[in-house]
Amino acid sequence: MQNTSTEFDPKLASRYILERAHAGWLGLQYHDHGPNWVELELPWRTDLLGGPDNPVLASGPIISLLDMASGLSIWTTTGLFQPVATLDLRVDYQRPAREGAHVIGRAECYKVTRSATFVRGWAHDGNPDEPVAHMAAVFMNISGSAS
Amino acid sequence: MSTASKIDVSSAYAHALGLTIVGEENGAPILAADFAEHLEGRPTVLHGGAIAGILEAAGYAALHCQLGRLGRTPRLKPVNITVQFLRTGQSIRTQAIARITRLGRRNANIAVEAWQASRDKPIATAVMNILMAEKDSGENTGDTA
Repeated sequence: MQNTSTEFDPKLASRYILERAHAGWLGLQYHDHGPNWVELELPWRTDLLGGPDNPVLASGPIISLLDMASGLSIWTTTGLFQPVATLDLRVDYQRPAREGAHVIGRAECYKVTRSATFVRGWAHDGNPDEPVAHMAAVFMNISGSAS
Repeated sequence: MSTASKIDVSSAYAHALGLTIVGEENGAPILAADFAEHLEGRPTVLHGGAIAGILEAAGYAALHCQLGRLGRTPRLKPVNITVQFLRTGQSIRTQAIARITRLGRRNANIAVEAWQASRDKPIATAVMNILMAEKDSGENTGDTA
């Protein structure tokens, strides 16, 4: 949060980062961002449902949504597009997302130290005041030298 | 008596990840997913979200197996998952298995482990809490949403 540089533009970067691989497969899209936070959208997909008996979105894609938003929030906060490694990520599910609803995941990078970065986040399906999940995560900063 | 192999991997999401059952240990299925482009994060590296998804699916698979043996069919409500990422996931097959640490009437606590080339070098572990509501009992669980 010390340097909210504009070197990293999450909206622009999302075009490249989110179009391929796991994020591309999930269909994650840029939604909004601020100095230290990024929101992504996870579209409703019938092949991402969690159980045969109930048509709710599996919790796995919500982890991916928040993990991806976390990375973008870190790069947005530091202004540096450097690899980070997730050390620990916890998601608490308050309720299932509504059937057919897109899910918005917001991650906020609230502390950057030399070695670790701390992020909190939440996900909702339309009403930000009624989240479907909360997240807390810690990332390790990987400088160019480390592997 | 391979009960695990008869249990389906259960969710559309688990199927979409590419998970299959490749073995059984202590009554819990071993799930595996070959590396694929849709599991990739940074180039050539397994995505953290995909790792979490594999762990979670293994947790549910073990729970389904155990509940099946007990003749129970509760509705499952995920409460939380905490994932520890231990190593970078390489672009090779990932396997995962869960151990049910505690199975009560209303809750299950499950520990999950995922590995790649070497079983004794896990790439990630997770702990999950799942609440259970018996469908048949008509019990008022307080949240019928």
